[in-house]
Amino acid sequence: MNALLTCWLGTALATPLYLRADVVHTVSGDPIDNGAVIVDDGKILAVGPAASLAIPEDAWVLSGAVLTPGLIDGWTTAGLTGPLNSSGDQDHAESDHAVDPALRALDGYHPRDPLLGWLRGLGVTTLHAGPSPGQPVSGRTFIAENRVASVDEIALKDDAFVVFSLGEQPKNRFGSQGSASRMGNAATIRQALEDARDYATRRALPPADRASRDLGQDALVELLAGKRRALFHAHRADDIQTALRIAEEYGLDLVLAGAAEGWMVAEDVAAAGVPVLIGPVMARSWRDGEQRNSSFEAAAVLADAGVTVGFMSGYEGYVPKVRVVLFEAAIAAANGLGFSRTLRSLTLDAAGILGIADQAGSIDVGKRADLVLFDGDPFEYASHACVVVVGGAVVSETCH
Amino acid sequence: MAAPIAWVGAVVHPVSGPPIADGVVVVDGAVIVAVGARADVVIPQDADVYDVSGKHIAPGIIDLHSHIGGGRLHESLGPVQPGVAAVDAIDPSHPSIDRARAGGITTVNVMPGSGKLLGGQTALLSLRPGVLIDDLLLCEDPESHRWQTASSLDAAAPDAPPARHARVCGGVKMANGTNPQGDGGDPKSRMGSAYLQRKALLDAKARAAVLDAADARAAAGWWARRRLPDVKRPEPDIAQDVLVQVVRGERIVHFHSHRADDMVTALRLREEVGPQLRLVLHHGSEGFKVAQALADAGVPLAINVLDTPGGKEETLERQLGNPAAVAELGVPVSIITDDPVQDSRLIRRSAGLAVRGGLDPVLALRALTLSPAEALGIAAQTGSLEPGKEADLIVLSGPPLSVWTHVEQTWADGVRVYDRADPAQRVFSTGGDAVVAP
Amino acid sequence: MIPLLCALVHVAIAAPIAFVGATLHPVSGPRIDDGVLLVEDGQILNIGARGGLAIPDNAVQLDSSGKHIIPGLVDSHSHIGGSRLNEALGPVQPGLSAVDAFDPTHTSVDRARAGGITTVHVMPGSGKLIGGQTAYLKLRRSSVVDDMMLCVDPPDGAALPARRGRCGGMKMANGTNPQGDGGDPKSRMGAAFLQRQALARGQQRLKALDNGPPAPHDPTDLDGDVLAEVVSGQRTVHFHTHRADDIATILALRREFGIDVVLHHVSEGWKVADAIAAAGLPCSLIVIDAPGGKPEAMQLSLQTGAILEQKGVPVAFHTDDPITDSRLFLRSAGLAVRGGMSPDGALRALTLTPAEMMHLDDTIGSLQPGKAADLVVLSGPPLSTWTRVEQTWVEGHKVFDRATPEGAALAAGGGADLALPEEPR
Repeated sequence: MNALLTCWLGTALATPLYLRADVVHTVSGDPIDNGAVIVDDGKILAVGPAASLAIPEDAWVLSGAVLTPGLIDGWTTAGLTGPLNSSGDQDHAESDHAVDPALRALDGYHPRDPLLGWLRGLGVTTLHAGPSPGQPVSGRTFIAENRVASVDEIALKDDAFVVFSLGEQPKNRFGSQGSASRMGNAATIRQALEDARDYATRRALPPADRASRDLGQDALVELLAGKRRALFHAHRADDIQTALRIAEEYGLDLVLAGAAEGWMVAEDVAAAGVPVLIGPVMARSWRDGEQRNSSFEAAAVLADAGVTVGFMSGYEGYVPKVRVVLFEAAIAAANGLGFSRTLRSLTLDAAGILGIADQAGSIDVGKRADLVLFDGDPFEYASHACVVVVGGAVVSETCH
Repeated sequence: MAAPIAWVGAVVHPVSGPPIADGVVVVDGAVIVAVGARADVVIPQDADVYDVSGKHIAPGIIDLHSHIGGGRLHESLGPVQPGVAAVDAIDPSHPSIDRARAGGITTVNVMPGSGKLLGGQTALLSLRPGVLIDDLLLCEDPESHRWQTASSLDAAAPDAPPARHARVCGGVKMANGTNPQGDGGDPKSRMGSAYLQRKALLDAKARAAVLDAADARAAAGWWARRRLPDVKRPEPDIAQDVLVQVVRGERIVHFHSHRADDMVTALRLREEVGPQLRLVLHHGSEGFKVAQALADAGVPLAINVLDTPGGKEETLERQLGNPAAVAELGVPVSIITDDPVQDSRLIRRSAGLAVRGGLDPVLALRALTLSPAEALGIAAQTGSLEPGKEADLIVLSGPPLSVWTHVEQTWADGVRVYDRADPAQRVFSTGGDAVVAP
Repeated sequence: MIPLLCALVHVAIAAPIAFVGATLHPVSGPRIDDGVLLVEDGQILNIGARGGLAIPDNAVQLDSSGKHIIPGLVDSHSHIGGSRLNEALGPVQPGLSAVDAFDPTHTSVDRARAGGITTVHVMPGSGKLIGGQTAYLKLRRSSVVDDMMLCVDPPDGAALPARRGRCGGMKMANGTNPQGDGGDPKSRMGAAFLQRQALARGQQRLKALDNGPPAPHDPTDLDGDVLAEVVSGQRTVHFHTHRADDIATILALRREFGIDVVLHHVSEGWKVADAIAAAGLPCSLIVIDAPGGKPEAMQLSLQTGAILEQKGVPVAFHTDDPITDSRLFLRSAGLAVRGGMSPDGALRALTLTPAEMMHLDDTIGSLQPGKAADLVVLSGPPLSTWTRVEQTWVEGHKVFDRATPEGAALAAGGGADLALPEEPR
């Protein structure tokens, strides 16, 4: 029943929307008291004080306490990992090849997964889905709006970053394939990049001598040419520095993810101008040793040092099956990052990191209408996300 | 003799009554001596007075389900292992205990895991300072029914066997559903789980009856004895005698159960043993489906409120509205961490999320304090701010259930055990696993 | 008169209900065209031809013209309830009970109602020689299985009745399935021996209990107590068996121990029909589309039902869900008629005969005054492939309605087992 209702609501695109809130946080500018936003045709048509924005004739009027841009999950396996946690619904990783850049998250993404619905109800409107940490060189990510439709219809970027992993995950999963030590893991990554350089050369040869097409190598070649970006998952300070080093050696456009100890090397990260997707904030103590120095204040320390910060929900192997960036970020907010910076991290900065800031991440005329109406402080435990709009369509209308 | 302490000017949440704006709490030694509005409380002349205007004071938080203390709490001696006790695996100097104090927790029920049908004995700890676990372990005095540390009982009776095993210092952990299935000697199905649990409990009931009959014989005169069943007192058995305590209602059964039918199975097992069996159901993810049955049975629920469902089949239907749904029918609700599934420092957050799901905020605060005290049978001495109760309290920077609020101080048994203003201790409130005591 | 489709879902209607104008198949008597079926207080009040019986003034009248009404179906062998029903504590595990592994909220239970099933016999699997106690369940709407149990000597008063009454039978099995695992026998010799040994233990326990009930301090014997019920004939044995020689083994066990036994599956029953008839053993058959899958099912025949019927053997059908889908239970009867069984016998095999096998026929299995108002409203004749189950009623409550979106999805849909809410609550 919920699926049917959501589908029906999702196709109510034709109706313009008029969203009014006691406070509208555009993020790109100052908050607007008693503000309003007009949405039509999937886009933001107007934003400003409600008093100066007339309600269009057939508009659906929605009202609340706080309006924000839709929230962006910087990196997640939601969509690739269903709630059952059995082999049938887990599509986040391969286990045979340490170097596997031919994988595309889009090919495994399940838009109807109930956990995506859960996140949708809490205001997560854009997801950056990709393989879980593990393979030293993994596959390519998929940036999508959080809506029930085919992957082609929801794609914002169907083939985005190449994912790399450092630290304990490759040791756990590919220890017998060259990643038993951090040395081996880094060597595997470097060799893969060198092989890609070599492949690029051999692809340029005349047909008789040309190397056969390798989908994975193609992606690495694009990465080396600056046409793609690299997402490196690393928690420990030395792993973060390894990522910075490899990126510099090969001229990679780098984004760091995880970064439990990022706060300990904040200056290095800032100096490198590399953005960071933090997660989990609420690290649990049974997890990998590499998160032992995590801190609720990590995001604040990085932001104070001038690093651009976003939040990610990552991969969860057990219960609960997915994290909620709104909840993770709230802890960071209350531990030094503060309201404005946290909201920016969840929206415009995350959009910038993912390369979609031209279309999402703030309430500006012409951008996608991804919006969330809350009944109170968005970060407060007992507040609710009461209306969620994705691409101009109301996808959730009950308070969560 | 230490001076009494008075906190003046905070919003005081006694939990046993409505909040008091501009309140006063006075503590003398380990006992609360006064709680009330500023105008109504006489502060002793010699008291140390703390001005806490702008702050909030609440009872120390009681976590009914935790695995802190750094020990491995999964044993594999068999599916039913009542002789195994969590107390023997807890390290009181482990940083997870400091983190719990930083989270405002003053009393905690540390349990074996859920990997066995009956995983072992639980340990009730007061998070007061201590060196030996016996300094923290609370044991029930069989006469007064007051709970006091094992160390104090040992000191009072130096020739008696150690309180940690001679007294009741906790309950037992049981579990059904997925977790206790699958290992070597474990059952493969819920049928097998219920059968083995039923057998263990009914065998214990028979053993209890033999012991009672043997006692009756021993107490009877020669003539009366001829008409009593001729039973021989069985030899003491460390493991079996724990189960005897369970079926007599002397030890609480803390039963991990997620799915609705699994919860009903637990209720049925209790029914088969008798109403004297004290049962608390833990997790109860599908409690909302069988709330009436829970209410009818008078069994309390200890719920951990997680951010999302899934991860295994029996938690697929987890919802934030569960605590509210069961509370509405009168089921007593406590909120737990199941640390490390949820960090001890985030226990107030769970209560806040329960409010998000519709739970009355008054019940949510009670779920962190007086309700778990009642479930544990220690409500006479802690769980609310009332004169005569133990000085277990927390000073908060703001309203208890707000994300922006921090625990500033935690006091257990009249001693300050956490102070955010001390930089060395502050790291416990935000840092990761690696943080250790200075 | 209210159209049938608008009848209230599952609220007890205080007034009597009259289903008017349907073709009624009481099973205990001949078909009644243009009939009236009166229901009150969860029971059948009266049944007869329209005009031949008085409809109380305060009755809610449901226009059922064009429909067929049959008794609620009784599935005598099923594994619905969403949990694993094979344990591995040993080859003989009579102390286990299927009730402890039944989730009433599982979608398979809703699907059974969508198939017109109102009473279901949930059993442990056939992986053990003695797999455990079975459960006779009435498919009332509840989250608590104890509300659904059908017991002889039901205890009174308790909110959750402890299992002191007999609320099911005992699952036994021979042939291939109970062989092979760790502690299991490797041969039919070993299987028969262990089963005889278990039943002998039951006899000893019965003898001990004859001297009086056990004292509280006597050691418990959960397994022995249940085996005693079996050998005293008070707890029916439901015996999974395929091959003719395995059937013969059961006949011998019955002679030796006097057990009350129902044969299940009975793939080669047609080969030893006379012996089965002579022993008066009822048979609950699985009707599947093709033989094979294991050697003992190679000679399965669609004509078994007809052959046994001709020999006077009581015949029932079952789904063995998930081997066949509960929603397609009526199909079993249809295929049996294809194989030569009489249509009346085939319908009885879904209703009154299984009720008799489970000794529940005093309250269910046919549309007779005094019996429970368990009934199914069909769009057409019961054994037609074009017929659909429209409504299922249990004790005067409608528990399935195809006219609702949920009902339609259950009746035809993929039956996704995830009830996860798509949005947080």
